[in-house]
Amino acid sequence: MSDAGILELSARAAAAAIDAGSLSAGELFDAYRARAAEDRSAGEQGLNCFTWVAPDGQAPTGQGELAGVPLAVKDLFCTEGVPSQSGSRILEGYLPPYTATAVQKLTDAGASLLAKTNQDEFAMGSSNENSAFGPVRNPWDRERVPGGSSGGSAAAVAGALAPWALGTDTGGSIRQPAAMCGIVGLKPTYGSVSRYGMIAFASSLDQAGPLTRDVADAALMLAHMSGRDPRDATSLQIPAAIALPSAESLRGVRLGVPGELTGEGIEEGVLTSFRAALELARGLGAEITEVALPHAPHALSAYYVLAPAEASSNLARFDGVRYGMRAQGAQDLLEMYTRTRHDGFGPEVKRRIMLGTYALSSGYYDAYYGRAQRVRTKISEDFAAAFEQVDFILTPTAPTVAFRLGEKTGDPLAMYLNDYCTVPMSLAGIPAISIPSGLSDGLPVGLQIAGPAFSENGLLDTAHALELAIGFDGGAPRV
Amino acid sequence: MRGTVIDREEVLHVARLARLELSDEEIEPMARELSAVIEHIARIGELDLADVPPTSHVVEVTGALRSDEPQPSLPREVVLAQAPAVSDEGFLVPSPQA
Repeated sequence: MSDAGILELSARAAAAAIDAGSLSAGELFDAYRARAAEDRSAGEQGLNCFTWVAPDGQAPTGQGELAGVPLAVKDLFCTEGVPSQSGSRILEGYLPPYTATAVQKLTDAGASLLAKTNQDEFAMGSSNENSAFGPVRNPWDRERVPGGSSGGSAAAVAGALAPWALGTDTGGSIRQPAAMCGIVGLKPTYGSVSRYGMIAFASSLDQAGPLTRDVADAALMLAHMSGRDPRDATSLQIPAAIALPSAESLRGVRLGVPGELTGEGIEEGVLTSFRAALELARGLGAEITEVALPHAPHALSAYYVLAPAEASSNLARFDGVRYGMRAQGAQDLLEMYTRTRHDGFGPEVKRRIMLGTYALSSGYYDAYYGRAQRVRTKISEDFAAAFEQVDFILTPTAPTVAFRLGEKTGDPLAMYLNDYCTVPMSLAGIPAISIPSGLSDGLPVGLQIAGPAFSENGLLDTAHALELAIGFDGGAPRV
Repeated sequence: MRGTVIDREEVLHVARLARLELSDEEIEPMARELSAVIEHIARIGELDLADVPPTSHVVEVTGALRSDEPQPSLPREVVLAQAPAVSDEGFLVPSPQA
């Protein structure tokens, strides 16, 4: 098979071709490895998707349903003996002595580790401009961001530098970059994928998930990585096995549109694409009604209390003692801690540690953290009430298309508003998927579909039917 | 500068709590940026949440504890291999009181 032909294959089709003997695992791996290595060596001239690429001459040996399919993995997943730095200087050169469960499960199913992907430092960001290893560029327009924090994963899949990639989503970090790069991104129900070996950002929100070319690939990856893990006490067995989606109709499916997330603050081109997707859904037989999520406008505020609070605690472990870098020349232990953290963390991580520490500090705890936890309850209650009336909820994934590099770096609050439509689902722990709904001014727009906890099979079917009807041809300009 | 919710003094206090050194040129921008974000998040103060229970975990988990059986841990030398400084099979750090 020609290299160009190989790059057109979905992960599913590639696995089938290997199984049928029309493609060898080595051929497939080499085609992607060469592209990934080229991007890595191109530095600023490339997309800067990767922080590590598998060495040449490493033949894939995996056995199983995913045998030979290359997998790109977000830097924050620990991979034994392979740099895992979470986009941070403070972990520069860290080689974990173990592998994250999600990665292990996928490689146990036959997938081969192709590369580690660039990301915002500790997954804190919406543009991938907060990486210690430089920004990632959007394959649709090199002067624009790919979204974040799984920006390297999204750009790699969109640019055909990987057939699919593993990412994580805390407040939108799979869905928003998927939207901005014109691919599919799924955040599963909280707890359905083990967090063991994921370098933590906000533990009550962090969730691993797939970034893929199409909906069926997202289902395939999720099917192989979900499930209870004794090493993560919050992980759960999904009630029903994940099936590959097949729905082509939405007859009898009730879809809800919340006014709070589909009006003010969403740019016109995004709304136009969203309305067109609603028309297609109606054409497929879906019943569309308005639903209310009255507390959704407060989700962002609650999120930017809870996530930094958890982060300030999780990131306390980076102190220059057990792993990563240490500032030299400190006179005593305290100075070693404070200087290591000064030198090792980037500006956004410092901001969030400060914000979280402030919100948890004496005198402010009840006003911020305590209240935010109560807002979280109200948001879950809003979703529960909405899901009594409808099966799934539709919104745009992000308020805008991909913006220019540097456009929002000077204004943290403006950057945070990127998460406006994705954060409510994160706080409620429910699954949500972003699929491309079309282009606005030549840039991809994402459609978000959210469902109740553990509704992944129905969610994937709904996304699949809409994906067929939308007919997005998926092609980012290829390097 | 618009309403400073958090001033220089408080920034330094929080940085001490967070074990984070801030250089002089980091302090003013930090105060400004944190103030803007805190002004935004303070809007949750407008909601009536008197009888609302807090959520710390979204999905009901029961019987989450694994059985209490000893498992092998990583070999000491494997763990120490990633440390910036080691001595006598332990992590080496500067004295707490120099």
